[in-house]
Amino acid sequence: MSGAAFRVEAPGLLTTIQDLGRPRHRFAGVAPGGAMDRFAASAANLLAGNEEGAPLLEATVAGPVLVAEQPLRAAVAGGDFAVRLNGDEIPNWCSFDLRAGDKLDLRERRAGARCYLALAGGGFGADRWLGSAATYLLVGRGGFAGRPLRTGDVLEAAGAPAGSAPLESLAESLRPDYTHELTAIEGPQLRNLLPESRKRLFKQMFHVKHQADRMAYRLEAEPPLEMRPADLLSFGVAPGCVQVPPSGEPILLMADHQTAGGYPVVATVARASLPAAAQLLPGHEVGFRRVTVEAAVAEWRRLRLALETLRPS
Amino acid sequence: MKAPPKRAGARAPRVHPLGDAAAYVELGRRLDTALNTRALRLAAALSARRGVREAVGAYAAVTIHFDPDVISLGGLVRLVAQLLREKSGEPLRGRLHRVPVSYDGADLEAVAAAVGLTPEAVVRLHSAPIYRAFMGGFVPGWIYLGPLPKALQLPRRDVPRTAVPAGSVAIAGQQSGIYPLPSPGGWHLLGRTKLRTFLPDSDPPLLIRPGDRVKFFPA
Repeated sequence: MSGAAFRVEAPGLLTTIQDLGRPRHRFAGVAPGGAMDRFAASAANLLAGNEEGAPLLEATVAGPVLVAEQPLRAAVAGGDFAVRLNGDEIPNWCSFDLRAGDKLDLRERRAGARCYLALAGGGFGADRWLGSAATYLLVGRGGFAGRPLRTGDVLEAAGAPAGSAPLESLAESLRPDYTHELTAIEGPQLRNLLPESRKRLFKQMFHVKHQADRMAYRLEAEPPLEMRPADLLSFGVAPGCVQVPPSGEPILLMADHQTAGGYPVVATVARASLPAAAQLLPGHEVGFRRVTVEAAVAEWRRLRLALETLRPS
Repeated sequence: MKAPPKRAGARAPRVHPLGDAAAYVELGRRLDTALNTRALRLAAALSARRGVREAVGAYAAVTIHFDPDVISLGGLVRLVAQLLREKSGEPLRGRLHRVPVSYDGADLEAVAAAVGLTPEAVVRLHSAPIYRAFMGGFVPGWIYLGPLPKALQLPRRDVPRTAVPAGSVAIAGQQSGIYPLPSPGGWHLLGRTKLRTFLPDSDPPLLIRPGDRVKFFPA
């Protein structure tokens, strides 16, 4: 049984259907996309009894108000949003059941930027484009008609969305540390920075500017970073890459980034710190702590172990 | 097809980490069709390997997205060196696209003035070569074409346009391109084509693929 799962009473600021991204189309200029905070998205899905990559909702800054159309099992994970079920607050990083007519309210954000709502039974029904249900706003494809949710939309369930297994939660000690100090690996063009700027890159804090969306965050450096003039040919980049344009103000690439860039990449945020990066908002301060590739891989594996605890044994 | 001759002093290119699940291999620093052929071939060979999620060829580089639980950065370094030693197989057999252009772009006169030619000469020069499609990027469907004749090479516009219509045919530096979607852009607009280069209902969603060839002609 599938059918209508939720009716959208209020859409929130930017609520989209996402998954773990669009594979193998970067060569065509198609961003990897998918959930900005992959850890929270995976956790929400596992808590709801799904595969990690099932289509789910990504709420941004102010979440939606949704009304259940039938009995449902759902789970929320990610930034610190108040999760209200018929007005009563329930914990984040947990699965829970809704009856038909129950109202789920995710409007209030206390910290972080994004939270995820997973639906049992394989997630939300969604348009797939090039192997993914992720909403790609630039071209209006994937997810819910390629666009953010609007009032009155009806979200379909992909499968049977009611749950009977025991409810689950992710222990606080296993949740990511949404710190503003991101671990990062030296980039291929770090040496394009002048020595003093090179030192500052891994020491000073940067201010997240207002241009901060699913594609990239502009960061303010005071004073701007200084570089040797670079005449680079464009090459393929990745989420987490920190580019420095001639202005000296770094750009941190996120899930929907342009696939190629010609600015020096001076650092790349490690996979284990991308969830924390996804929880940043304009006005936040952010810093980069230098780590080796080996340390970054180890940190990622530690984070993954937390998700393994949520898999049915 | 013979392997390209080894240049004196040629060393195995360095493989730079690009985070902990991607790496960047620089084969050269020039916009050059032969270098691009090496990059696209290396990307195709890497894409078929275990642990490689996607390898993306650029002008003269390859970016490899990989699963560190299957292949380490060290393993990738050895794999890249081995693939670059192997004789290249099939020649790059890109499709030839003939692209009709109405040369009435907003910047045609300004470009002609800047390079000291008549608009007719700019059109003649731009539509003379068969360009290589080097790489995708910028937005879905965009392909970087080149090399542009030297007489037409100009830096990007000082002030980018906030809206460039889809189908605009443009130049900047050593490159030319066709805007697949309405988007902002800093290139000089020479004309427009009715050919659709972003094909959202096809897979891959682009008409012109890396390695293809493009010939513009005045419509």
